[in-house]
Amino acid sequence: MTQKKSHSAPVLFPRRHLLTCEGLSADEITVLLDLADQAADHIRQGGRKRDVLAGRTLINLFFESSTRTQASFEMAGKRLGADVMNMNVATSSVTKGETLIDTAVTLNAMRPDIIVVRHHAAGAVELLSQKVDCSVINAGDGAHQHPTQALLDALTIRRAKGRIAGLTVAICGDILHSRVARSNINLLNTLGARVRIIAPSTLLPSAPERLGAEVFTDMWKGLEGCDIVMMLRLQRERMDASYVPSVREFFHFFGLDHEKLARAKPDALVMHPGPMNRGVEIASTIADHSRSVIREQVEMGVAVRMAVLEALSAHLTRYEGAA
Amino acid sequence: MKSASKSLEKTKITGAATVYINARLIDPASNRDEPGGLLVKDGLIADLGAHLRRNAPDGATVIDCKGHVLAPGLIDAQVFAGEPGYEHRETLKTASHAAAAGGVTSIVVMPETDPVIDSVALVDFIQRRARDNALVHVHTMAAMTKGLKGEEMSEIGLLKRAGAIAFSNGKSSLANTRVMRNVLNYAKDFGALVVHHTEDPFLSGSAAMNSGEVASRLGLPGASKLAETITLERDVRLVEMTGGRYHAATISCAESLDVVRDAKRRKLPVTCGVSINHLTLNENDIGSYRTFFKVRPPLRREEDRMAMVRGIASGDIDVIVSSHDPQDADTKRRPFAEAADGAVGLETLLAAALRLVHSGDMSLITMLKALTINPARLLGLHSGRLAKGAIADLVLFDPGEPWVVNKDTLRSRSKNTPFDEAKMQGRVLRTVVAGVAVYEYAGVERT
Repeated sequence: MTQKKSHSAPVLFPRRHLLTCEGLSADEITVLLDLADQAADHIRQGGRKRDVLAGRTLINLFFESSTRTQASFEMAGKRLGADVMNMNVATSSVTKGETLIDTAVTLNAMRPDIIVVRHHAAGAVELLSQKVDCSVINAGDGAHQHPTQALLDALTIRRAKGRIAGLTVAICGDILHSRVARSNINLLNTLGARVRIIAPSTLLPSAPERLGAEVFTDMWKGLEGCDIVMMLRLQRERMDASYVPSVREFFHFFGLDHEKLARAKPDALVMHPGPMNRGVEIASTIADHSRSVIREQVEMGVAVRMAVLEALSAHLTRYEGAA
Repeated sequence: MKSASKSLEKTKITGAATVYINARLIDPASNRDEPGGLLVKDGLIADLGAHLRRNAPDGATVIDCKGHVLAPGLIDAQVFAGEPGYEHRETLKTASHAAAAGGVTSIVVMPETDPVIDSVALVDFIQRRARDNALVHVHTMAAMTKGLKGEEMSEIGLLKRAGAIAFSNGKSSLANTRVMRNVLNYAKDFGALVVHHTEDPFLSGSAAMNSGEVASRLGLPGASKLAETITLERDVRLVEMTGGRYHAATISCAESLDVVRDAKRRKLPVTCGVSINHLTLNENDIGSYRTFFKVRPPLRREEDRMAMVRGIASGDIDVIVSSHDPQDADTKRRPFAEAADGAVGLETLLAAALRLVHSGDMSLITMLKALTINPARLLGLHSGRLAKGAIADLVLFDPGEPWVVNKDTLRSRSKNTPFDEAKMQGRVLRTVVAGVAVYEYAGVERT
């Protein structure tokens, strides 16, 4: 299936940061997925904690609350032997008026090795990465990118289907506000999948067809013949802002139920980045269905983050050595 | 006359054939205006043409039209019925009786009721009440925002599936451009038509009438027609951006007509309507604070009225509506600025529209186009045409007969007509809905 790569192959991923899926080559993605595949198997086989990041410091800097992504990075870092520090930004100096750049400079002075950042503003993570000497991983910036989510989605698909090239993947729901959608469109296109996006026009960004996806506003049509149905979370506040009229109407036309899922291929898989709104974008029975790989996505999340940390840390060593 | 239509209700016959002979058939959809006859069977038009002018098929009931006009029943795309909530002003039943007497066979009722028609349950309610009580077809215009508040979009997809024919914000404009954009964008996905009353609420403020000389003399706060045109121009830009289908409910001034004409030239999915009031009346009719002439948009200057008439003649304005809006003494017998807007208009719609024909401004077929096939196409109705297999919704009228409007004999529960004691020329003789006569003028003979 996948070609196993040696653990000590840092040159195969020559980037210092992981900020976006846009511009990642198929080779770079494959290196990360192969590493993650090994990590996943290692964990499944009850493998013990490794020491790739022993003596390294990882800071989780989350300006936006998150449970699963933060826990996933923490778990990944600890499995690789890193010292993990979670910065609770809500109670930090940020609320006292410190700018993002000042925060970055302050943290940099503490000489961490890797910073994982989530921020509500698109572009904030890249801005921060320009002000620090360590590696930066984007754990979600506004509606822009969430690269490790796209990687874990790709790994989940590859393990379930054996390939990604040639598959038809439908991403459904609030595309407009979704970093998950943007990251997946980039990454899946690079890997040769055919990507569709399905949403009401009010939840599509402008010029959606230019993103590299086929656009549907009719979910029944959009799911026709799909291999993968990837649902997105709809945030409640979207209703107040009149993007969609009601939960009931949204579920009726854009929620994944058995009737709509029947339009996809019989062996189509259902995915969701979580946390799910049961009965809003996905019927409860589908979330728990045998075709749902939502739990696997969480599992692959840790493996993918281990792979990313490992790849970046190897590079970090070289970087420090050169300095 | 009320009893006449009631007795007709009881004698609803289906299956039997009726032939209308010796008629002047006018069908704007096929550009037909010729002497002929028309055969109705099972509620549908079974046959029509010159060959039926004198020959009645055996067994059919024969109606001699005596050379009068037989046309598709009128479709009125803007009717404010009072049900639910304002039944003391009008019910679906009384509105339908008024419609039948005016030759109107389909009405679109507006969502400005209490409660507002913004939920599937209320669309069901209207349809059920109409089915049980109304003489004519009743279609529901649903609210495009919840409670008509202009803030949150209503359930356009579910409402359309429940039977809402189009979406409107009633007598108020969506001031929030973002919400308007979202509505147009969202409605487009469902192929839903957005019908908008265009009036910038901040600009028109608490205006009582058109701003200008008359308002200045009367000491009334005036609304600039720009309030209408500016909102319309904004909407056209949003249509251009979103591609949503858009209909300006009732324009009233030359500048608005220019905007619509330009949008059509650019092939945008934009149409517009005008109320019969703005085709036949102007601000001078308000005289000494006559509140029955207080309508929305306000009556404009004569130049604007003439522009509206030319718009119908040229086809740039698509539909004529009655904008039938029943108001009672409570809301109308007040100082002008405090009185409610609105005028009843269903029963006088055809006669008032015939003024435009008698004045030589347009042909009869052109006028009827804006009351039959154009609203039918706009709303996606299969009526509004004389064709084999089409539903037999018909109006038989004498375009020449003179009469005088008497508000006390109106069937509408409210009597706020601006045409009280007005001389009219043109009388509805018979109105047929799905093959069944729902109104018959006492003068017509059966043979």
